[in-house]
Amino acid sequence: MIDIWMDCLISGILLGLVYGLAAIGLNLIFGVMRVINLSHGAFIALGMFTAYYIFAYGLNPYLGVPAIFGLGLILGMITYFVALHRIIDAPELSTLLSTFSVSLFIIGLGTFVWTTIPYAIDVNLGTVVIGNVTILGTKVATGVISVTLTALLYVFLYRTKLGKAVRAVSMNRTAAELMGINATKILALSFGIGVALAMTAGALIATIFPFTILSGGVYELKSFVICVLGGLGNPLGALVGGLVLGIVENVATMVIATGLVPFIEFAILVAVLVLKPKGILGGEV
Amino acid sequence: MKKPTISLIWIVVAVLAIGLIPVVTKSVTLRETVFIMLMYIALASSLNILLGYTGYVSFGHIVFYGIGGYVAISLIEYYGFSIIPAMILAGIFSAIIAYALGQAILKLRGAYFAIATIGVNEAIKALVENLEPIGGAEGIYLHIDAYKPYGGPENAIWLSYYLMLAVTLAVIIVSWYVKKSKFGLGLLAIREDEDAAISLGVNTRSYKSLAYALSAFFPGMVGAVFFFKNGNIEPGVAFHLTKSVEMIFMVMLGGFGTVAGPFIGAVAYERIRGYLLVSEVFKNLHIAISGVILLLIVLFMPRGIVGFLCGRFPKLRRYLE
Repeated sequence: MIDIWMDCLISGILLGLVYGLAAIGLNLIFGVMRVINLSHGAFIALGMFTAYYIFAYGLNPYLGVPAIFGLGLILGMITYFVALHRIIDAPELSTLLSTFSVSLFIIGLGTFVWTTIPYAIDVNLGTVVIGNVTILGTKVATGVISVTLTALLYVFLYRTKLGKAVRAVSMNRTAAELMGINATKILALSFGIGVALAMTAGALIATIFPFTILSGGVYELKSFVICVLGGLGNPLGALVGGLVLGIVENVATMVIATGLVPFIEFAILVAVLVLKPKGILGGEV
Repeated sequence: MKKPTISLIWIVVAVLAIGLIPVVTKSVTLRETVFIMLMYIALASSLNILLGYTGYVSFGHIVFYGIGGYVAISLIEYYGFSIIPAMILAGIFSAIIAYALGQAILKLRGAYFAIATIGVNEAIKALVENLEPIGGAEGIYLHIDAYKPYGGPENAIWLSYYLMLAVTLAVIIVSWYVKKSKFGLGLLAIREDEDAAISLGVNTRSYKSLAYALSAFFPGMVGAVFFFKNGNIEPGVAFHLTKSVEMIFMVMLGGFGTVAGPFIGAVAYERIRGYLLVSEVFKNLHIAISGVILLLIVLFMPRGIVGFLCGRFPKLRRYLE
């Protein structure tokens, strides 16, 4: 019995890490430019399909992660200049709708190209056995890659000049501009990194679960819950939120009906928003 | 009570005229098209009371349509209610839920509120999917006998049609009166600067909650009529997040915060959607094209069709407020 619980807990932690990675992308964007990126889910789905093609051409999707990240960076920066640059100072409704229209565009094209049939990446990395608990190698690989990327992002934000500029813009854009930081460049870069993280997380999730072009929506909603748990605008809080959600999701199924898990998740979302809008950790970037 | 001005009269006349076309021609195809169009007008206008007047973006507004549908269908199927009382109770129930929810989530501002409304919609959807007494994920199918008191399904469909027309007219008239009242002025003040509104003595908390309840009342009734006509209701259809976004799309396309805007936006949206769905070239790409159109509106016409027209032709302002 204890083994099943351990199994759920470890699965939960590994999945939580990749959920956290997806949410960090959303949170970084919100933190830096106060934009809720409603195209987040569409980019997650795009990452899934990119991984699918990398796999279909005979490469290991995990080795393709840098390429997917690079593609996301470019797509994100293009999206910033096309859909956001003009309205970056407009009220929230404008940016919510413009990112949503990007999502409609990607999902519309994606439905046209791939329809809504489920795809799957059948990659086999064997299993890892710890005591009586057996874990799929793919889950371990996604967990490890997620942690590595999160650590790299941390180093970028806190140890490099460019990363410090991102944090400066996030704290106070006007002041950052007065200090000679090119805010437009930083905003575009941050949006690019956010999208790149979303696509990478999508690629990693695709190696574990089957997916369609519409799957991104589910993970987008999860990312919202995670961001709210960890504190909106706090990228590293998202990792904590991701772990909490991953564990709740996997362990709760032991106790209650699987169908009720989303209810619990969203009830937590609304409760945290109302009671503690700064998240469990609170604070800024 | 203020006397109706020309800006209200022409919309009411236009809605009546559109609404009577299928009645005169007895065309079933037209009736279906106009039914959907009226539903869009009603949904967009009711969302406008919250989104347009107070500036609070509800991304999960469709939850009230779903709740209304479920209340009405349950009352009809399990307790033998007739559609009209069921519809009114559905609206009241939605409004009460909104008022109670509003007390909690309306203290959140901007993006936080938007996320909370998505959360509410998804939470209620997941809950309904697991409530076996109201059909769970399968939903509820109305027994064919439910239509007997109205003289068979055909007559019941016509009755639903008239009810939808009545609800649509009611939303438009109410949203006009709200805009012209002191209450509406308070809402607009909240939209422009909430802190200033508080300091000038607007009771923002109860104003916002009332606006939220009012903008939930009509979708509740619309949901009741729609699902009564439909004959069944299931969680996936009743709480579809895309519908919420369609509502926002229509309000933005027409011009938020105006009475004419949601009406024009809804009619235009229904036409564009109808065209894209049947066109050979675009039928598979209609979602992508809607995305492009929405982006263009947001970037270049942020005040919608009404705002654009009023900017170009100031004389139209009398008609398009």
